[in-house]
Amino acid sequence: MKQLMSGNEAIARGAYEAGVVFASAYPGTPSTEIVEYLQQYDEVHAEWAINEKVAMETAIGASIAGGRSLAAMKMVGVNVAADPLFTYAYMGVNGGFVFVSADDPGMFSSQNEQDNRYYAKFAKIAMLEPSDPQECKDMTKAAFDISEKYNTTVMIRTTTRVNHGQSLVELGERKEVPLKHYDREMGLSRFDAVPALSRKLRVELEERLAKLEEYSENSEFNYEIWNASNVGVITSGVAYTYAREVFGNNVNYLKLGFTHPLPKKKIKSFADKVEKLYVIEELEPYLEEELKMMGIECIGKELLPNIGELSTSIIKEKILGQKEKLIEYNKDKLVPRPPTLCAGCPHRGFFYELGKIKNIIITSDIGCYGLGGSAPLRAKDTCICMGGSVGTGHGAQFILNKKNNGGRAVAVMGDSTFFHTGMNGVANAVYNKSNEIICILDNRTTGMTGHQDNPGTGFTAHGEPTEIIDIETVVRAFGVKNVKTINPHKLDEVRETLKWAMDLDEVSVIITRYPCALKKYSKADLEEFGPLTHKYYVDEEICIGCKICTKTGCPAINFKIDEKKSSINYDQCAGCSVCSQVCPVDAIKEK
Amino acid sequence: MKTTNVLLVGVGGQGTVLASKILTKGLIEAGYDVKMSEIHGMSQRGGSVSTQVRFGSEVYSAVIGNGEADILVSFEAMEALRYLYMLKPDGIVITNDVELPSAPITAGLARYPEGVLDEVKSKVKTYVISATRYAEELGNPKVANIILFGALGKILNLDSIDWEKVISTTVKPKFIDINIEAYRLGQKLVGEEYAK
Repeated sequence: MKQLMSGNEAIARGAYEAGVVFASAYPGTPSTEIVEYLQQYDEVHAEWAINEKVAMETAIGASIAGGRSLAAMKMVGVNVAADPLFTYAYMGVNGGFVFVSADDPGMFSSQNEQDNRYYAKFAKIAMLEPSDPQECKDMTKAAFDISEKYNTTVMIRTTTRVNHGQSLVELGERKEVPLKHYDREMGLSRFDAVPALSRKLRVELEERLAKLEEYSENSEFNYEIWNASNVGVITSGVAYTYAREVFGNNVNYLKLGFTHPLPKKKIKSFADKVEKLYVIEELEPYLEEELKMMGIECIGKELLPNIGELSTSIIKEKILGQKEKLIEYNKDKLVPRPPTLCAGCPHRGFFYELGKIKNIIITSDIGCYGLGGSAPLRAKDTCICMGGSVGTGHGAQFILNKKNNGGRAVAVMGDSTFFHTGMNGVANAVYNKSNEIICILDNRTTGMTGHQDNPGTGFTAHGEPTEIIDIETVVRAFGVKNVKTINPHKLDEVRETLKWAMDLDEVSVIITRYPCALKKYSKADLEEFGPLTHKYYVDEEICIGCKICTKTGCPAINFKIDEKKSSINYDQCAGCSVCSQVCPVDAIKEK
Repeated sequence: MKTTNVLLVGVGGQGTVLASKILTKGLIEAGYDVKMSEIHGMSQRGGSVSTQVRFGSEVYSAVIGNGEADILVSFEAMEALRYLYMLKPDGIVITNDVELPSAPITAGLARYPEGVLDEVKSKVKTYVISATRYAEELGNPKVANIILFGALGKILNLDSIDWEKVISTTVKPKFIDINIEAYRLGQKLVGEEYAK
């Protein structure tokens, strides 16, 4: 039976069919849907972890205790999870253990485009690279068997076009896999990372790689397609699909699906049979470098770029010399259509006020509130990584103090970010006697990735009610004395609270608390906040065309240049009232 | 069979994803090899969205390269011009004429550009459908996407597919009637242009 599905749904299906019982992830595009699909199966327990390190650790724990488990994350999440990954790699597994690294070439929604295939080489683990949803399913399913048979962590490495691409996938049945036995002997002889044991495991690790290389030589996922040609193409992942489109039946292919360890003999034998060899891969020359180390002549990044997404157009131009025939037209007319904070977003009022303050460095973070840096708000200086805002702010504040010009660091993060690793930064700021200003923008959800629950929302990934971790209680427990929780839609409250924090010479925490405008309110949300009941409109008789309302950046506000009047789109207005508060002549009124 | 490449573009919230879903469903049921990809990350924040649908007898890539789209369906006027580089020089554009201002425009920093559809029409065969206006006349501006889908269906000319059946099994039951009306209207509107 075939069904149309995305790569993510297919990965979840593959894990389900392989008998996975435990899965953990932290939301991150393009991987987020994997756990969302997994939690739909009754036989699978799928959770949101508070960050990728914990996700990896919980999946490892499940594996050690004897169950098949999976962790999923976007590629920068592997950086967070790297610590447990590298050491567990030495230990082998008990229950099969697979993790997904969802890379993002072209940075559609990421801070960088690191090529995570190198993690497999670095950590010395097995790796599979699916090219389409069917392979996502087949490879994930096989990964658990490979994991247990060869006693190894297995990494499934995907890219955005594979995670979010859709095509037909043949479905299979779930295999119920009995939980494996575990005892103290196993633990002390395999899972305790003390140097004496690790030295032993280190040697076993190399032996394991040798056996995996044998598997690689014979794997169904590495295969040749011969046509009448003396040109060869070696390729993996989504690049294979582009190569097939461009070269058709005019070349011979060695399609690599199991790409660490590589099937060196198979590669050499293929290379020997062709006169010219191309390596078609996206981002870094991971495959090409291995081939060149083996002494195989091949053409890859001397022609293809290692920056950005690969495409059929690029391959046609760089390898076949066929420049794309494009329609020539006047692009000057085009006005950009950048993403903005939604109408009614609770972050808008906060950033509007914050952006007016001089002599501050705003160290921000990853999430919807990252859009606080966009025009016209421009209330942002830095963003490095998830949970990094507080630490960055602390270091910056130290230097600002040394400059002695009254400069302040204001760190900004969301609720999910706070739980991810922002908490650690707050504890560090207290411990190391900072005077930075820390803002936690709690919109009662993990917003940017599609409204997932987190430890502050009161629900698990399965939708079950659970303990709410209260942010204010946590920061007070860390020892922060100066804490205020405010409504970000009330601009005078925001203004006064920011001033209060700026006047302090100790660390302070400002928590803004109001639900995301697009969030489906929980019962608790309705009780605490009630719905926004009024929309707003501009009384054009009073409007003086000063454009101050447009400085809030609200997409529902439309300034008519020729008439020099503002107007509000009724359907889009969410009734947050921020614009009515900034209007200097009270032209914006409740409907 | 040569692969056909359809690119659907618009602004977040216009229903491009639903239209793509119906298209893909019908093609798969008719036995084509189909691959689809979407960029929807910024859809709810007012950004551009696009979906690519490729179908034929043997399709590998889910992604259409620059200048490779056979048909560009745009749900918004300026987006038709923005994505024109994706279209083959002898390709076809089906576009809505609704103008949705983007952030710089609503902020009063720029004007909605004039003559975007004239520019498009001067370069390629273009069917302009006032889908949003007609949808409002039908009673629900949200069915503009299905009017455009009706136009696409007519241009694709795949007789073996009963698109009305596909629509009926995809949308919520209480919306079936208006969606069928919208689909038929789209067929009729582009049919009239065909005849010109």
